[in-house]
Parts: sequence; C-alpha cells; structure tokens
Amino acid sequence: MRLPHERGPVSRHVIQALSSGADPATPIALGPGALIEDADAQLALWVIYELHYRGFDGVPPDREWDVGLLAIRRAIEGRLEQELRDATRDLLRDAPRDGDIGQQLLDLVAADVSPSPAAFMQRRASREQLVAYLRERSVQQLKESDAQSFVLPRLDGPAKAALAELQYDEYGSGRPERLHATLYADALEAAGLDRTYGAYIDDVSALSLACTNVMTMFGLNRRMRGAAMGHLAAFEASSSVPCRKIAGGLERVGFPAAVAEYFHEHVEADAVHEHVASSDICGAMVADEPSLREDVLFGAATCLHLDSLAGAELLDRWTAELERAS
Amino acid sequence: MSGTVTVRQCPGGPLLVRGAETIRDESGAEHEVTRPVVAVCACGKSSRKPWCDSTHKSIPGPMTGR
Repeated sequence: MRLPHERGPVSRHVIQALSSGADPATPIALGPGALIEDADAQLALWVIYELHYRGFDGVPPDREWDVGLLAIRRAIEGRLEQELRDATRDLLRDAPRDGDIGQQLLDLVAADVSPSPAAFMQRRASREQLVAYLRERSVQQLKESDAQSFVLPRLDGPAKAALAELQYDEYGSGRPERLHATLYADALEAAGLDRTYGAYIDDVSALSLACTNVMTMFGLNRRMRGAAMGHLAAFEASSSVPCRKIAGGLERVGFPAAVAEYFHEHVEADAVHEHVASSDICGAMVADEPSLREDVLFGAATCLHLDSLAGAELLDRWTAELERAS
Repeated sequence: MSGTVTVRQCPGGPLLVRGAETIRDESGAEHEVTRPVVAVCACGKSSRKPWCDSTHKSIPGPMTGR
C-alpha cells in the first residue's frame, strides 16, 4: 500500500517521517477541536497504526516500533480516549454496577434510537450513494475483525475460547473465499470499485477514520481490552438488522449478487455473534475480572456514539444531495 | 467436533447451537451448519429459516425481550 496524502500538519509530519526515514521526535501540536472530526489527526493515527497491520511500500518494517511515532500515537490516543470517555458519560450514568453484563450490553444497544442510514439505503438511496457508502466503509471492512484479533492473547479461559470461535467465523471458518474482508473486497469489485486494501484512504471522512482507529486503539492497548470486547458486542448487536436493510437497498438498484452477499452473510453471522460477544466473551471476561465491567460498557457506548455520528454524517450528506436534486 | 451438541436459549432471541453438523427443519429438510455456532430462529418469523435473521427485534411483545 502507498502512503496516503497528508491532510494537515500532523499527518504531514508522520507521512514525511516515514517517506524520508527522518526521526519524527519533535513535539506535535494537535488542533483545538474535537479529535473525532479532525481528519489530520485521525489520518496520522491511522498511518501509525497501519505499521502494525500491513505497512507501506518503501517504509522499513521496523518503523513499527519507532519511539518518535509511538510518542505521537500516545499523544493522539490520550486525547481521543478522554474525548470518548467524556462523550459517553451520560449514556453510562445509569448503567448497573453488577448483574448480567451480557443482557446489559444488549439492552444498551436496544435502547439506542439514533437515526440509521440503513433505512434510507433500503428505500431511497441512489446507486451513487450506495457506491459512496461502500467506499466509505472500505477502510474498516477490508481489515474486518483484525483489530479484535490483537485481544486474543490478552484473554484466557471461556472468554478466549469464545473470541476465537467468533473470529474463526469472521475469518471464513476455514474457507478463505468466505473471509469477511474478502467478501467485502468481492462486493467492492462487483460494484465497480477498487478492491485493493487502502485504495480509498484519501477519500474517506475523518469520522470513518476515527471509527476504525478506535477499534485499533482498543485492540492494541491491553489496558483497554474490556473496551475492545464491549465495542465488539455493541458492533455485532447493532449489525444484523441494518445489514438486512442495506442488502435490500443494494438489490433494489440492481447491483450484482456479490454486492449484497456481504450484507446477507452479516444478517446471519451477526445474529449469532451478538450473543457470543455479549454473553460468552464479555460475560466471561467480567466474571473473570470484575474490574473490567466499566470499560466493557465504555467500549459498547463508544461504538454506539460513533455509529450515531457516522450515521448522521451520511444522512446529512444524502439529504443535502436530495434537496439539491429537487 | 466433540460429538456433543449444546443448545442455549437466548432470552427473547434465537437458540444458539454448538456442535451440530446439520439442522433438520419441521418439513424434514436438512440445513448444513457451516459456522462454529449457529443461531436458530425461535420466533418463527425469520426470512432465512432455520437461521435467525434478527426479525424478532422488530416484533413487539415478549420476543423482543422488552
């Protein structure tokens, strides 16, 4: 994968350090606004994280452990985590301090009433809008489930067995052609898009970068393993119904079957995974380490918060397009 | 596979089945299990039977778990 184009001073600093081999160990100044909407900071973080996944053409693999880049990562992560804890505090104010965490996670998701772009995609979205959606999600879906794999060695016992079981399904249950990331690449290609990992990194929004970065932040920081699994539970529990609607929308505008197939697979898989993630993973994790309860809920609330922002961004964009067209 | 099939009823939701190789529906048709765990529809409203498609979440009443 090629290094992306910079989006401001912080990403320029990181990308130039990687392309030139220079030492990045100079202080960076993050902008004053919300990091979640800061494309420059999110891209910088994404680039640093990608060194742990697939790397970049021409960048030596040992830059993964460049202490200057790790310092920048920690500075961005610290702000981002604080911002997310502040943003989810109200949602978690009344969260029970004990009881069945699996059911509490499902209840938290069920209580979420954020407007969903899935219904719009099912009934109204144009072919171009659906293509734009596929492109926007590609940055996350082409490495689907990879962030959660970082958590496996940090768990033990029933929680580890359950996460391995869920990941095995995400990774195609032994059939490479059924890897979920590969199904997504097939969907992109069938829709006339580029299936290459990272192909659309220069096109996606700050929020799309933030959504994938948060999963990596939770996955790569052992301290946040509870948040990683809470996020996974909320993600899975809020996926099956929207995927059914999105598949319907893709079929409505007449895409080839491979485009909707990714979403059909998730209707079925995520109806399973929400229970595995909430009860078998998070339930076992909290039983084993009760102090993780709060972070499990924080991870779930973060997922819902980001989904709600990302959904609103898409709906605003599409509503504006409809108004311009009418 | 261990040969043991386990079934768990998720409150208000599907049956989680582990260890089965096929599921036979009420008409006698066999459905191959291709996942380590499957969710079998328990509300009767799924459009992908025997598998759960989360339709139970859209049905008011006890099946929503509310």
